Amino acid sequence: MSEVQLTAAAPPAAPATAVRRAGRASWGYWVAWTWLGSVILAALFAPLLPLWDPAVPDYSNVFGGITPQHWLGGDTLGRDTFSRVVYGARASLLVGICAVGLGAVVGGVLGMVAGYFRGRIEKLLTWIADVVLAFPGLVLIIAIVAVLGASLTNLIAGLAILSVPTFIRLSRATTLVVAQREFVQAARAYGCRPLRIIAREIAPNVVLPVAAYAFIMVGVFIVVEGSLSFLGLGIPPPTPSWGGMIAAGRTELLRFPHISLFPAAVMFLTVLSINYIGERTRKQFEVKESNL
Amino acid sequence: MTDTMPVGSTGAPPAGPAGPAGPRRAGKRRHTSRYVRARLTHLLLVLLAVTFLSFVVVDLLPGDAAVVVAGENATPEQVQEVRETLQLDRPLLIRYVDWLGGVLTGDLGSSFRTGQPVLEALGERIPVSLQLAVVAQLLALVIAVPLAVYSAYRPGRLVDRTTMTLGFAGAAMPQFVLGMVLIVVFAGGFSSVLPATGYTSFFDDPLANLRSIILPCVTLMVAEAAVYRQLLRSDMISTLQEDFILMARSKGLRPRAILLRHALRPSSFSLITLSGVNLGRLIGGTVIVETLFAIPGLGQLIVQAVFNRDYLILQGALLFVAVAYVAINMLIDLLYLVLDPRVRRDV
Amino acid sequence: MTAAADDPLALPDPVEPPAAPGEPLLVADDVTVRFHTRNGVVHAVDGVSLDLREGEVLAVVGESGSGKTVFTRRLMGLVTGGRGTEVGGSVRFAGTDLTTLSAARLSRIWGAEIALILQDPMTSLNPVKRIGAQITESILLHRKVSKTEAAKRAVELLRSVGLSEPERRVRQYPHELSGGMRQRVTIAIALACDPRLLLADEPTTALDVTVQAQILDLLADLQARSGMAMLLVTHDLRVVRSRSHRIAVMYAGRIVETAPTSTLFADPLMPYTEALMNAVPPVTGPNHVRLQVIPGRPPDLIRPPAGCKFSPRCPYAQDRCLTEEPPLRDAEPSGPDAPVHRYRCWFPVGSPAWAEAKARNIERGSSAAGTPVTEEMVLT
Repeated sequence: MSEVQLTAAAPPAAPATAVRRAGRASWGYWVAWTWLGSVILAALFAPLLPLWDPAVPDYSNVFGGITPQHWLGGDTLGRDTFSRVVYGARASLLVGICAVGLGAVVGGVLGMVAGYFRGRIEKLLTWIADVVLAFPGLVLIIAIVAVLGASLTNLIAGLAILSVPTFIRLSRATTLVVAQREFVQAARAYGCRPLRIIAREIAPNVVLPVAAYAFIMVGVFIVVEGSLSFLGLGIPPPTPSWGGMIAAGRTELLRFPHISLFPAAVMFLTVLSINYIGERTRKQFEVKESNL
Repeated sequence: MTDTMPVGSTGAPPAGPAGPAGPRRAGKRRHTSRYVRARLTHLLLVLLAVTFLSFVVVDLLPGDAAVVVAGENATPEQVQEVRETLQLDRPLLIRYVDWLGGVLTGDLGSSFRTGQPVLEALGERIPVSLQLAVVAQLLALVIAVPLAVYSAYRPGRLVDRTTMTLGFAGAAMPQFVLGMVLIVVFAGGFSSVLPATGYTSFFDDPLANLRSIILPCVTLMVAEAAVYRQLLRSDMISTLQEDFILMARSKGLRPRAILLRHALRPSSFSLITLSGVNLGRLIGGTVIVETLFAIPGLGQLIVQAVFNRDYLILQGALLFVAVAYVAINMLIDLLYLVLDPRVRRDV
Repeated sequence: MTAAADDPLALPDPVEPPAAPGEPLLVADDVTVRFHTRNGVVHAVDGVSLDLREGEVLAVVGESGSGKTVFTRRLMGLVTGGRGTEVGGSVRFAGTDLTTLSAARLSRIWGAEIALILQDPMTSLNPVKRIGAQITESILLHRKVSKTEAAKRAVELLRSVGLSEPERRVRQYPHELSGGMRQRVTIAIALACDPRLLLADEPTTALDVTVQAQILDLLADLQARSGMAMLLVTHDLRVVRSRSHRIAVMYAGRIVETAPTSTLFADPLMPYTEALMNAVPPVTGPNHVRLQVIPGRPPDLIRPPAGCKFSPRCPYAQDRCLTEEPPLRDAEPSGPDAPVHRYRCWFPVGSPAWAEAKARNIERGSSAAGTPVTEEMVLT
């Protein structure tokens, strides 16, 4: 049946809450960005900052409390906790960002190839993704670390491999939808080369969801790196990492909780900021208001 | 790491049969059986690949299993002897085929180190891991579902905002940190109401069993509950905008009945997918919690097996984990058939 | 009306309004709904008053965005104030002001006394519940009957709305039925408790043309048999010609003309009504064709024009129309016995003033609002 000039001029589901929400979103959002920005800047410029050497023990500061010299006290060897937290940020962020970046690029491209060409290549890729997902990630990481040796690069490689299947799935699902759209069909009809279509027409539409997911995954991987360090499989000492610091304080947890507490709090706040920003960004596209 | 992987990732990775499958009306029967067969073949291939991959991985591990078994001080002759007894000198593919043959006859071999049959070792660990995984999942759902339903009913109000904030905190809390905090608070530092470490079998002492798994399960559950609440809430909010909800309201149904009888089921599909994926990952993926609370589960068994090059134990454990993962995925598919009549036609 | 003979939706003879004296069943007085949005305040419903007698069929006609859906939901109380929504006016149903009732009291009326049918039967049924359960739910809620009796009633209802094999249907899910069959199911649900008032919000818009006539006839038949009052919301004047007693035409959240159906068709006074009558979509052809029959865009409900809301699109618009909003006034002849015919226009169609305005606009080639006007466009 035909509508006489069908244009919904009054969407009933666009109430003032949307306005209020948008206005209120700001402060938590900016606090999160400020924290994340400070952590990133501190990590980037750590060697330039007036910090204690994170690797030099100081026996006068073993289990040390908060003093004007040592803002967050000292650890089991008397090393300055604040300095180690800052240097630890380098390791944690490096692992998180590089591993996710690698995984997102590789998985994103493979997913687009699978979603665009379909057929055998899609079957093969989804099958590989399934295999990696069914394989306990921990064993894979341990194996990689054991085979290649515990190092930053190997850790990044292992985590990147772990994240590839999820990105393949996400990118493939998005591509399936995008490939049905008119502009892709048109490009196909013009006889554009497939790789060109993928790069020019599909990739710009897949980047956003993949990037949004990757952002959240950075937080997840910071925790994963911490967990590995906690098991003694992470970045080898004496390089400071948040997980390693938390694990190191575990033996003195009841007497000197601050040794674990400070790096744990920093890790928590960083992951919290990432999750919060990711969620806010995602929510901008969400309609809210129920029929009830 | 498997046990932290799904946590914090608010968007469930696209999984399950809810893909862009168009309606297929004709030949329902034939489609169903073909679908089941295709699925089974696929899963069988996944199993084969996983087990073979683990063979390769173990083989690549540096250090010689024979040396590990024979001991540091063994002579080269002794090591060679051990190698021959364990058949480690044979090619990888032959050993794999041998092992597969053993699996088919129900023989998974024995541990290199202790001589304990693999099946027996698994039998000790599997119930522990299963209990942890299942109880943690149930706890997460029991806590998340009511909060999500109420939050979706009144989005932006007090309950929604409070649980969202708590959820953010929960999802950002690494398990090993949360576990440590829980130990300090409940099992040592401030009070000792619960045991900090150890595991008691349910059949030995049900009460002690429950006490021993509370802290580990809470540690496992918090982040998942947060993610589940978020996921179900947003799915539920979009369901509540559907016409059939307005229709239900216009019938005179009260909000409670609409939420529980009309909105919950059509909103629960991604939640079910995600919790299935998580359950699959928790089985064998609870190493952090097992280490922290000294619980003899599959995760610890796997990690020890990797370090000890105890490859038959590792093979057996990985086989079980993969089978569990695959079986849960199939169960989820079946659950879809029960929950959504539309899928019944589409498969 | 240029309805072709093979148009299944247009039947030639309008029905006569019922002689039904006494207090109307539903009296809407100055109903207003505003949505506060990011872009400004949307005046979705702007002071609408109308009444509906027992057994009467009132058609509310207007384009999408004219506020008719929001108005219908406000009548029922499904749209309430708060959370960015502002409401005003009163709705008296059988002597009670619905706008003052609590949610609990309202839900006892919904489904039992007032029932609703939505536009799209594809989305208005719960996809994961059996059809039988969706019908009995309402019965069990409002009537003191056993489950068996409710189930029996569901089968009867499905039979009465013309579904074959009702015993089998109650066990089926919505996706197993076609669109027309599903709309029959929603009608069965609406009628489950013999409501006194049925609000049908574009009940056929989402359906195939051939099915539309069947559903409309079914509704007309059920209405005549049960004697309930019905508010039939539509954007298509043709479909209500033979199926309503009275028509209210809505534009930009207001009533711009209201009259008994036969009077309206014989003597439309508001140019918008005239335009709607001329906007006859092709019978054959795909669903939901967008027609550019009425020139110009639908009204901006956030920043409505100062004068007559239709003036930017009206071929007869004069300067006065742009600045001064015409009131809703009675047509001649008026009196206690004459049919109530109200309209909102400075230059009612057919009047000498209108002929003058028309001639002036044709001469200068555009209306006072600048809309191009040619002779063919205003042939009526």
